[in-house]
Amino acid sequence: MTVRYSALTILREGLGGHKGWPQAWRKAKPKPAYDFVIIGGGGHGLATAYYLARNHGRTRVCVIEKGWLGGGNTGRNTTVVRSNYFYPESVALYDLALRLYEGLSRDLNFNVMLSQRGILNISHTPAQLEIAARVANAMQLNGVDAEFWGPDEIRKRLPLMTQSLDSRYLPNGGVWQPRGGTARHDAVAWGYARAADRLGVDIVENCEATGFLTQNGACVGVETSQGEIRAEAVGVAVAGHSSQLMAKADVKLPIHSYALQAMVSEPVKPCLDIVLLHLGTGVYASQSDKGEIVFGGGLDRIPSYTQRGNPPVQQIVVSGLLDMFPAFGQLKLMRQWGGIVDVVPDSSPIIGPAPKQGLFLNCGWGTGGFKAIPAGGTLLAHLMATGSHHPISRPFDLDRFSSGRLIDEAAGSGIAH
Amino acid sequence: MQIFPCPFCGPRDETEFHYVGEPKARPEPAGAVSDVEWSGYLHFNANSKGASREIWLHMTCLESFLMTRDTATNAVIGSEFFPRAAS
Repeated sequence: MTVRYSALTILREGLGGHKGWPQAWRKAKPKPAYDFVIIGGGGHGLATAYYLARNHGRTRVCVIEKGWLGGGNTGRNTTVVRSNYFYPESVALYDLALRLYEGLSRDLNFNVMLSQRGILNISHTPAQLEIAARVANAMQLNGVDAEFWGPDEIRKRLPLMTQSLDSRYLPNGGVWQPRGGTARHDAVAWGYARAADRLGVDIVENCEATGFLTQNGACVGVETSQGEIRAEAVGVAVAGHSSQLMAKADVKLPIHSYALQAMVSEPVKPCLDIVLLHLGTGVYASQSDKGEIVFGGGLDRIPSYTQRGNPPVQQIVVSGLLDMFPAFGQLKLMRQWGGIVDVVPDSSPIIGPAPKQGLFLNCGWGTGGFKAIPAGGTLLAHLMATGSHHPISRPFDLDRFSSGRLIDEAAGSGIAH
Repeated sequence: MQIFPCPFCGPRDETEFHYVGEPKARPEPAGAVSDVEWSGYLHFNANSKGASREIWLHMTCLESFLMTRDTATNAVIGSEFFPRAAS
């Protein structure tokens, strides 16, 4: 059985040489039938299972994952959490996630190392400055913390940032969200897995979904590499591979899969204590607890399933970072990697029933899925348990593409995804 | 840096190219096309993993063409002119 993590258990285990820690979650074998099967053991899938059990009392739930937990985009992002969006629908969604993140360590009894160090979206051109002012206003109107900063405040807060007037992308202002920050990405997956497991959810790794069981046109389960699993409803939270998986149910999605890459430098002493996103260079950066500068930029320009990322974009991202922080030119690049993200035309997620009965979608998060994990889980769980939308997820239904009610955040908040 | 073959200019640097989309038949006649059908044409894709035939634009010569790539490895399989429409 799992133990409750506390200062006291750490002390006791420390004295005993850390030999008594039990496994954080069981290695489950799939049963022939459940109420719900969730495909995808990343943050969104595990959170969905947890909220099905906690919010709806539905514990006959199985999460299947083809690799290992949190090995996809949950383990590959730059760990930023924020809710600085433009449209009321998006703010409701992302701020729900941020509010849940704020109580998550206590809720899960697992330290997700949330650090609300603040996020600054920096503008460079007069047009971007106007967008920044508009986003700050929109956020305030939507009840989210936001401040509009001028160049002097940025210089004062970020002395390491370029001060030279010759700089190509000199900041002229920005939007500051004090509640934004970072969280430990692996801990979010592990925390949800452990908490869901404690409530009775089965989590099965190395179990790939190979097809869907269909009866009278409705989905009644999943064919997997470990046999058939029947279920009342199946949730799909597989990010960049959503199109691949849904093709097995003859469902097409409005998604293009791209590689998004990120990089870290060698670790250095603390020098960057907030999260940055620069609209001029398209680069975002923060410093990890280990001291590495964690940074990334735009999508690769080529639709792809290669989990690596190509050199031209890497060059743009690195040169953008060096334009912002010339001093970082001394750093060595330690690691570079890529994840496959599911990009939709309006840069907003898809949460809702699939066009096949019994199948439910949580995808289309593109480059911004990590920050939304608690909300994605809450909303998909609500949808599967009740059969109907939560008011927050309704605008993100797949039907918005035929009704034309798109929520175009790429245009609305000018955010680089 | 990857090299892409433009059928008009030959092998060129990947940064000169822009991905346009998957080739699809436009539903006609416009008056009889439903919203669902139109959004299918506009937004919904196969997004294949593996061999994928796509429309690309070579931004330096401004010609578009068809390129087949393996999206699981990024390897280019071939590129071709658009088939000439029967008149």
